[in-house]
Amino acid sequence: SLSSGDTSVLAGLYGPAEAKLSKELPDRAALEVLLRPKVGLPGVLERSREQLLRQTCEAVVLGVLHPRTAISLVLQVLSDAGSLLSCCLNAACMALLDAGLPLTALFCGVTCALQPDGTILLDPTARQEQDARAILTFAIASSERKVLMATTKGSCSVEEMQQCLATAQRAADTIFQFYRDSVRRRYSK
Amino acid sequence: RTVEPLEYYRRFLKENCRPDGRELGEFRTTTVNIGKCLCSITTADGSALVKLGNTTVICGVKAELAAPAVDSANKGYIVPNVELPSLCAERFRSGPPGEEAQAASQFIADVIENSQMIMKEDLCIASGKLAWVLYCDIICLDYDGNLLDASVFALLAALKNVQLPLVTINEETGLSEVNLKQKNPLIIRKHPVATSFAIFDDTLLIVDPTAEEEDLATGTVTIVTDEEGRLCSVHKPGGSPLTGAKLQDCITRAITRHKEVKKLIDKVIKSITPK
Repeated sequence: SLSSGDTSVLAGLYGPAEAKLSKELPDRAALEVLLRPKVGLPGVLERSREQLLRQTCEAVVLGVLHPRTAISLVLQVLSDAGSLLSCCLNAACMALLDAGLPLTALFCGVTCALQPDGTILLDPTARQEQDARAILTFAIASSERKVLMATTKGSCSVEEMQQCLATAQRAADTIFQFYRDSVRRRYSK
Repeated sequence: RTVEPLEYYRRFLKENCRPDGRELGEFRTTTVNIGKCLCSITTADGSALVKLGNTTVICGVKAELAAPAVDSANKGYIVPNVELPSLCAERFRSGPPGEEAQAASQFIADVIENSQMIMKEDLCIASGKLAWVLYCDIICLDYDGNLLDASVFALLAALKNVQLPLVTINEETGLSEVNLKQKNPLIIRKHPVATSFAIFDDTLLIVDPTAEEEDLATGTVTIVTDEEGRLCSVHKPGGSPLTGAKLQDCITRAITRHKEVKKLIDKVIKSITPK
């Protein structure tokens, strides 16, 4: 379970396990992501988020080492107070790490909110998200800080997007340090 | 081509061109049909048919009346719905909408919201009592890649074609009266245009991928721009990592594409407006 501020997400990873005949791929592992909201049934928004998460994870997981298997990632939103998507991304990455799946790179999720006056706010709360002009979420890979996933809500100019991207790449360093610390804590008993 | 599709494709990419003869940065021929005469939907309030090469997408907009929500009494609704029926490609089965259709519907809803092409306040007739609901149904008739671009284009063209009848509320009876003789077009403030790219082997970027290219690609990026050069949406659902510079290239290409598409739409609209 990962919490950043008041937003917390519980992630469970199962795999590589036997895949159903209809879902198995002959040369790689089939990744499946299920995102369950805190209230209500999963809707279209959850589906699009699942697609984002799935393709991000597929890019880092070395599926070719486990052909014809299924890897299922289940995420349950425990509380939502802003920056939900990046919290899910971080939880997914930690789950992949904890399960010991072979990965090409780690990734982390960073959310930037563009205030109406032009200032960039990292990891906004729900209140700040509502006031913001635009919210950009990036998944940054640990190798060379490249962009794995990008989603925007609201419109912004090109320069602003580049600025947010640069800020997000710098912030990624702190998050990767946090990953290292947590893993160290877990295994140093 | 069927046994080793990736190798076959790589050979073309080395020469900087594609199997169907296009350059890496070239779009397929785009054609658009708007309105009741050219397009097939006569029962819809606005319709458009867009063909991007072989990808065919039809969009129908129906306007209905409803009471606005309690917390936003002066806003109407726009409900986009993207359908990928099993007739468009063999990989889509009939039944409840699959993940791709749902993700596409969410994307279109986000584009409408982000670009503010239609202000929901414009759809309100009487605050708290009556507002328009626009049901936009986008159906893919033939899937050959690049669904998002074609859908956004079809939606824009259909919305430009919509004529809403004037609705007044009779003070005494409290009922609404629809005046079908007097029709006003929708106020569209911004014109968002989507440009999709496929990423190959972490380095090459290809514009307007076909279905084959999409299957072989390691990732996709879709950028939606409006006429002021502002980014309405950057949609990169996972896939190979990109540097900031490459993303910048995509954005510049998207802005050029926007101008081409805007010209095309204006030409078509002018040709169908009654003289």
